[in-house]
Amino acid sequence: MCLSIPSKVVKISDDETMCTVDTMGVQRDANLMMMEDGDVKIGDYVLLHIGFVMNKIDEDEAMASIDTYREILEHMNNEDRQRAILEDDECEARGEQFAEEIKT
Amino acid sequence: MKELELKNLYDDFRDGDTIKAYAQIIAEDAKKLDKPINIMEVCGGHTHTIMKFGLPQLLPKNVNFIHGPGCPVCIMPKERIDHAYVLSMQENVILVTLGDMIKVPGSNGSLQDARAKGADVRFVYSPMECIKIAEENRDKKVIFFAIGFETTTPMTAVLVEQVVKQKIPNILFHINHVTVPEVMVELIDSRDVHVDSYNNEIDAFLGPSHVSVIAGSKIYDKFPKDYGRPVVVTGFEPVDAMQGISMIVKQFVEKRCELEIQYKRVVNHDGNLKAQALIDTYFEKMSLFRWRGLGNVPDSGLKLRDIYAQYDAEKVYKSVLPIAEIEDHKLCICGDILRGMAKPQECTIFGTACKPTTPIGSCMVSSEGACAAYYKYGNLI
Amino acid sequence: MTKTITIAHGNGGEENNELIKKIFYKHFENDILAKSEDAAVIEDGRLAFTTDSFTVSPLFFPGGDIGKLAVCGTCNDLAMMGAKPKYMTCSVIIEEGFATRDLEKIVKSMKKELEINGAIVVSGDTKVVPRGSVDKLFINTTGIGVIEHKGISASSLKDGMSVLVSRDVGTHGATIFAAREGIELASTLQTDCASLYPEVKKLIDAGINIVALRDATRGGVSAVLNEWAKSSDICIEVVEESIPVQEEVRGICEMLGFEAVDLANEGTFVLCVAKEDEAKALEVLKQKHATATIIASVSEQYKGRVLLNSSWGTKRFLDLPTGELLPRIC
Repeated sequence: MCLSIPSKVVKISDDETMCTVDTMGVQRDANLMMMEDGDVKIGDYVLLHIGFVMNKIDEDEAMASIDTYREILEHMNNEDRQRAILEDDECEARGEQFAEEIKT
Repeated sequence: MKELELKNLYDDFRDGDTIKAYAQIIAEDAKKLDKPINIMEVCGGHTHTIMKFGLPQLLPKNVNFIHGPGCPVCIMPKERIDHAYVLSMQENVILVTLGDMIKVPGSNGSLQDARAKGADVRFVYSPMECIKIAEENRDKKVIFFAIGFETTTPMTAVLVEQVVKQKIPNILFHINHVTVPEVMVELIDSRDVHVDSYNNEIDAFLGPSHVSVIAGSKIYDKFPKDYGRPVVVTGFEPVDAMQGISMIVKQFVEKRCELEIQYKRVVNHDGNLKAQALIDTYFEKMSLFRWRGLGNVPDSGLKLRDIYAQYDAEKVYKSVLPIAEIEDHKLCICGDILRGMAKPQECTIFGTACKPTTPIGSCMVSSEGACAAYYKYGNLI
Repeated sequence: MTKTITIAHGNGGEENNELIKKIFYKHFENDILAKSEDAAVIEDGRLAFTTDSFTVSPLFFPGGDIGKLAVCGTCNDLAMMGAKPKYMTCSVIIEEGFATRDLEKIVKSMKKELEINGAIVVSGDTKVVPRGSVDKLFINTTGIGVIEHKGISASSLKDGMSVLVSRDVGTHGATIFAAREGIELASTLQTDCASLYPEVKKLIDAGINIVALRDATRGGVSAVLNEWAKSSDICIEVVEESIPVQEEVRGICEMLGFEAVDLANEGTFVLCVAKEDEAKALEVLKQKHATATIIASVSEQYKGRVLLNSSWGTKRFLDLPTGELLPRIC
């Protein structure tokens, strides 16, 4: 009973009971009766469930989460890079090759 | 800050690299755990995400899932499914319900079977479609068989409100809405003397996403406080799930026991107050509701308030509705599976007599049930 | 088998197969039928022969109608056996009260599609039944074609081969759901309904050895891959993120809880070739649709099953769709 999807509000009815939402180019009407008047505006991101707008999506929190994930990935990438460098430094074959090159 | 696009709300929370990154973080933290932990995801939607994205394959051996009863279709006792069947077979009745209910088998068959026998059964995407159906069939009674947790209850309430306000004469309701915190309590602290729940293995809860959007995270305050179980309210996408699990593991490592919200972009402590008010106006708690596989869970069921009795199909059709409780098969161990005391493969009828096309117990009935998920994803878990 | 036939028995998935095996194959059994290909190969491998009925609702949908569907459906079944469609029959069952203008529109649509395939209708039948006996119009077509590429078979897949898809998937199913009454969605989506013989001809002319070919109709790409895995007793390993899906189809799937691989297509086919032919085959396919992609490889890991490999290292089985295709709620 929980399948809910993020959608963008593109139109609001005059009496504010219904709105039109867009999900990746697919539009459908949604009921606004679970939201307070004036709460939902065009351009807002909302959660849709069985034809109703359940709640608004807090864009700041969403961006904060996405930023957290980006930081984690960057941290991982840095760690991977460091590990790769260390592995490289400890590469004996490379050391021997340099030794050969220096001789010649 | 870059502007948020709709695509971000899907793709960024399903990103493969982020999922892998969290798997690494969890694996590192799990090394510091002093004993294995079992996390129950209450909600069927979480079970679906976990199984579909193969998350158990990414977790270390000392972090395990217990799949909760979070599918309102699965937990419907057989006698109430029979109510739906019986009502659909009544003369001049159009039974309307949400998709998944159609396939669930009762004693005489499912609503799909009833439809094949000539009953007028319709599945709708939104409860509000009942209004159009009622208008187009003024000589018939439209009975909305309402199912769902707190997520779906306010939508039914809006329909009730419209029916009352517009004085629509031919819509009735059969209410099967249930609430989540009560069953969570039942699983860790049963007051049923026949159930030995102190042997349960649940260490923490992954809190349901959209139930919490409506009811607020406040409904879980008591779990860390009175029952020593951390709760992290988590979203449905795989990155959400992995972050939620990571937050739980960190709590155990840091010896904390708190209520946290991972799904901050839509969940807050208070929830949707208007939706809560709607629920309160039209519904009240029933003292008992039988959950399939679990028995009676006190204060977990809702019914229409007495002043709306004229819209209550259970009262209007009382004379034809069966009341005898129907027990599940003796060999069904769904109750144990839901408490984390057994895994689906340990059930003697799993995969043989009990399959998704011929389900015997609640865990197999819907695609979100633990047994259905294990059957489908097979030996890859 | 259940006591009465349910809607699920017509879904093109598990229950459908059960119905076909336990009632029809049981009594009609013979070697040709047992092959269960898109079309029957008769007369010592010279001809392909097939039939199909069309009950789609609504009759007119974005990008097509039941007539176009009927011709494409049958001609594509022939094309999928490597045959050039030549002759067709057309039987209609019309509900009393059906608009004559609509009927002519549909027949004109069929003519247009026949021309693309180079086929002609040589025989037919018309029945009119009382109001309520059928839902507006049902069409049955049969087709005969001359086989130009022999040996195409669902049981010929072997370890190491490649599986490609001719374009993005799930479009027809998504379009129908969007157009159907009761689920009001506004979208610019159009069915992928198209005649496939011209594309198959290009593959044959390019000298590609086609191992298996099937259009992904009811049950979608998922049904095709599962049937091949069972028929050939091998495992098909799909790279999940490679499956091409249009944005709008994705949107409808999200909204209704469907998987694009389970949705029907009417102008999209799945192709299996040897690994060394995959680049050339992809090149030919991309001439028609930029979204053509290599989506899977054949292995022996889990024989008879289809495996989905995710980009984050997990795997799960992709099973035949079951039940009536209902929007998921939970």
